[in-house]
Amino acid sequence: MARAAVRGRLNWTLGEVVELIDETPRVRSIVLDVPDWPGHRAGQHVDLRLTAEDGYQAQRSYSIASSPEDARLTITVEGLPDGEVSEYLVGELRRGDKLELRGPIGGFFVWEAVSGGPLLLVSGGSGIVPLMSMLRHREAADATIPTKLVSSSRSWDEVIYRDELERLAAAANGPEVIHTLTRSQPPGWTGYARRVDGAMLAEVAWAASSMPMTFVCGPTSFVESVAAALVLLGYPATSVKTERFGPTGG
Amino acid sequence: MAYISRGFRGKRAKEREDARLPPGQYLVDGFPVLSAGPTPHTPLDEWTFSVDDEAATLKTWSWEQFRALPSEEIRVDISCVTKWTKLDTAWEGVAIDTLLEGVEHRATHLMAFSDGDYTTNLPVEDVLDGKAWVAFAYDGQPLEAEHGGPARLLVPHLYFWKSAKWVRGFRLMDHDEPGFWESYGYHIYGDPWREQRYAGD
Amino acid sequence: MEGEELRLDGNAIAGALGEVFVEEMTSARIACEGCGSVESVGAEHAYVQAPGIVLRCTHCDSALLVMTRTGSRMRIWFPRSRWLETGEPGND
Repeated sequence: MARAAVRGRLNWTLGEVVELIDETPRVRSIVLDVPDWPGHRAGQHVDLRLTAEDGYQAQRSYSIASSPEDARLTITVEGLPDGEVSEYLVGELRRGDKLELRGPIGGFFVWEAVSGGPLLLVSGGSGIVPLMSMLRHREAADATIPTKLVSSSRSWDEVIYRDELERLAAAANGPEVIHTLTRSQPPGWTGYARRVDGAMLAEVAWAASSMPMTFVCGPTSFVESVAAALVLLGYPATSVKTERFGPTGG
Repeated sequence: MAYISRGFRGKRAKEREDARLPPGQYLVDGFPVLSAGPTPHTPLDEWTFSVDDEAATLKTWSWEQFRALPSEEIRVDISCVTKWTKLDTAWEGVAIDTLLEGVEHRATHLMAFSDGDYTTNLPVEDVLDGKAWVAFAYDGQPLEAEHGGPARLLVPHLYFWKSAKWVRGFRLMDHDEPGFWESYGYHIYGDPWREQRYAGD
Repeated sequence: MEGEELRLDGNAIAGALGEVFVEEMTSARIACEGCGSVESVGAEHAYVQAPGIVLRCTHCDSALLVMTRTGSRMRIWFPRSRWLETGEPGND
């Protein structure tokens, strides 16, 4: 289902965990079956709420990783040190468990193939999740919109969706995927090995004159430094959409 | 009633019956960081602390002058209105009694103000007689910016939103008026032992 | 963890806004009373680790929205915002 209907009030609903996928040592995707899911747009998120037996509650937002075309809803969660929610989702949660969620949420940080491009996606760590929903939607919609993903990860082992990104990039009209590995690189690595900066973006991003749609997602400091660098390259500030993930995403 | 998540416990420290835990609170081991706005970074050579009344500044200290005042070590439990309590937190600071020494006033209340737009109101009697400090060190180290450094208010017998981070002074008043969170529906006084979280509690 | 990492954006308060507004609000435009700037709610700075939610102007840090929850009640305050606008943006 492509486009979510104009929604009424958001209500909490239950989804059942049907599959768990270990993406990297610390990152897990959770595939949910949510009855009466109204559909979503790429870039939106859900709020999850966990309740302990004594009534204690914790709530977090997680970007939807699956495309709008996918019948099942997938979120991808990074386990954070001392993250009470992420630890539960990445460690304890089992198939058959249910999760209380509400959504889809958001309208600012969304992309639909009909919106056009070219498209620039820049991610830091788990910031890739909503951008992956956009790439999966682009593929499902058979879109040929020129697209670049600049993805920053700590190491090759920590690149989320690594194999799928290779497959997408190898396809005709696939996105161009540029990795940078900031902490350690595999032997023979010839790619970028530093944090995303203005010089890197000048080399790989679209020229501002091609008027790209841009989405930047990740930790606050990453998002703000990338957005500032793009503005220095001539990108209008309002054309760079940002979504900051907090330190307590877990 | 919300759905109970199988196997979820949350970050609370091991439960124990503790007379030191105010009603509705849970224990934490860490020190959560909360903020209503950007972290200020006032350089120490520009930092001042002032005691004002409605008309004028009565006293002011530079950072050096402030740090030359007598200070003391403090060990207290702190409770946040968001329900976490941390026991035995260790601070170093200057007692408000010291800051008000020699200040002639008839104030009943004060409004503490911080860098940014944060304020919080307190009765004067709740900051005297060793009940409140301006703290500049936590756990033996200079207070970090994210926890309110270089200096914050420390008023441990009230909910911790009253312990204003990045404090720069207070204004003595002859009446009470709500500060930042108090204007947005939080309790004007904020006693955790009477669970005074919201206005009207 | 740096204090700066607590600064999120309006996307982080979309769920809470959804408890008050029926319309999707992160794409709504909001006008700042402090400096006159107009931005999408999703682009403004949001602080959510607090006794309430505070949305601040990215240009001047004025508090545009404050949201506090008391039990089942959610109240939204408009300290320094002049207007909120939904629908497709116009040209004015």
